[in-house]
Amino acid sequence: MQITVTVNGTERTADVEPRLLLVHLIREVFGLTGTHVGCDTTNCGACTVRLDGTPVKSCTLFGVQADGRSVTTVEGLATNGQLHPIQAAFKEEHGLQCGFCTPGMMLTGAALLEKTTDPTEDDVRWAISGNLCRCTGYMNIVKAIQAAGRAMQDEKAPEPAGAAS
Amino acid sequence: MLPARFDYQRPETLEEALFLLDRYGEDGKILAGGQSLIPLMKLRFASPAYLVDINRIPGLGDIKESGGKLVLGALARHNEIADSDVITARYPLVASAAPQISDPIVRNLGTVGGSLSHADPAGDWGSVMLALGAEVVVRSSSGDRTLVIDDFLRDTFTTDLRPNELLVEVRVPAPSPHSGGAYLKLERKVGDFATVGVAVQLALNDGHVATAGIGLTAVGPKNLRARDAEESLAGAEPGDAAFAKAARLAAAAAQPQSDVRGSADYKRHVVEVFVRRGLARANQMAKA
Ligand SMILES: Cc1cc2nc3c(=O)[nH]c(=O)nc-3n(C[C@H](O)[C@H](O)[C@H](O)COP(=O)(O)OP(=O)(O)OC[C@H]3O[C@@H](n4cnc5c(N)ncnc54)[C@H](O)[C@@H]3O)c2cc1C
Ligand code: FES
Ligand code: FES
Repeated sequence: MQITVTVNGTERTADVEPRLLLVHLIREVFGLTGTHVGCDTTNCGACTVRLDGTPVKSCTLFGVQADGRSVTTVEGLATNGQLHPIQAAFKEEHGLQCGFCTPGMMLTGAALLEKTTDPTEDDVRWAISGNLCRCTGYMNIVKAIQAAGRAMQDEKAPEPAGAAS
Repeated sequence: MLPARFDYQRPETLEEALFLLDRYGEDGKILAGGQSLIPLMKLRFASPAYLVDINRIPGLGDIKESGGKLVLGALARHNEIADSDVITARYPLVASAAPQISDPIVRNLGTVGGSLSHADPAGDWGSVMLALGAEVVVRSSSGDRTLVIDDFLRDTFTTDLRPNELLVEVRVPAPSPHSGGAYLKLERKVGDFATVGVAVQLALNDGHVATAGIGLTAVGPKNLRARDAEESLAGAEPGDAAFAKAARLAAAAAQPQSDVRGSADYKRHVVEVFVRRGLARANQMAKA
């Protein structure tokens, strides 16, 4: 079946079998290997991508379901060589150890921060409860998401009058 | 994991979907959120020859109040239900159950219609709908059937749906003024199915129980209605004594099995505790 998917802002076409899972479309057909396969049983969230903005587990969706829609993967977070605030915060706060869960954590975190840049620890833990970190570095993941939220607030805040540049 | 080959259809209208279901019969399956069906297909426990993806049919996921009922379109996602203002304001049992289903990412896709049609005895919506006395509307090319949820949920993974029928909506009676409800769920971790779940809905009239609804999750071949417990409450004075009695009757109605999530005795005990707590909570709301 012929499909067209906007991947990280770029329109891509592919001719795929309907049974091809979205995660394999992304990794093997489009060659974007930042989206990971962990459990392959809808539990771990390592395969999380955003479909028209909504976080979904790409191991539990067929590629053909993304036809005519847009997908954001971890490769789509940075713009013009600039890290997304959540990427910068994960680096700064040591929000990753082995890095396997990180793409999913960042995409879920970014979706949360679009709703509120000031989530409580509970809000963050609740939001990422479908993403498992086998290195169990949850403390720093939570901190990183909160730090990214603060960075996003600062970006938005107007420069204080007379601030030295 | 690669599912078996299938032919994929994505109708844009309900009529088109019903036409396809007629044509495919037993060989066709509806794809809603896919959060139960796709895992089964990956394990090859299910290998439908045709998939009818209903996700692009407009309006099938609407949530609205109409004719004194809450109407949940089949495609209403668990998270949309959790976030709905109408539901938060007026349907506390539905509101408390939605965010306890699975995990936040699965809830973005999973639907109430898919959940009920899947009829997993460990699924949460079935018990909620039993306690609320909900009805489902199923449609085929030859018309609609409206079924009370008790008749719809027939057995383990078995409903009254015929292969050419689509569940279009769930109708929940609006709660009476002095009522309350709660869903209590014991799970080993976030995202796990219930070890035990209990849905309770209580309505008061003149200081007495008018009606009570109690649904039980994961303690039988399907979601169970604790009928004896419900009947014991009708007309009773709401309070510890009546609630303890109903809880004992509900525990007696449960048919739990020992498994990795706990022993049968343990689960039965949890049913009793949860029914008592749920009734107390619902009673607080009803009196407020
Ligand atoms: C990790 C994980 C944890 C979960 N935990 C829970 C939990 O705690 N509690 C819980 O209740 N559920 C849980 N689920 C299941 C989840 O709620 C599913 O979303 C739900 O059971 C099925 O809904 P769906 O829309 O995804 O249906 P699908 O998977 O698309 O379909 C399921 C079945 O219903 C049929 N169907 C779907 N829609 C219709 C319709 N409108 N008319 C007729 N037939 C239809 C399909 O053909 C299929 O047979 C979990 C799932 C996962 C992956
Ligand atoms: S790989 Fe998709 S949820 Fe684990
Ligand atoms: S950093 Fe290793 S799994 Fe999360």
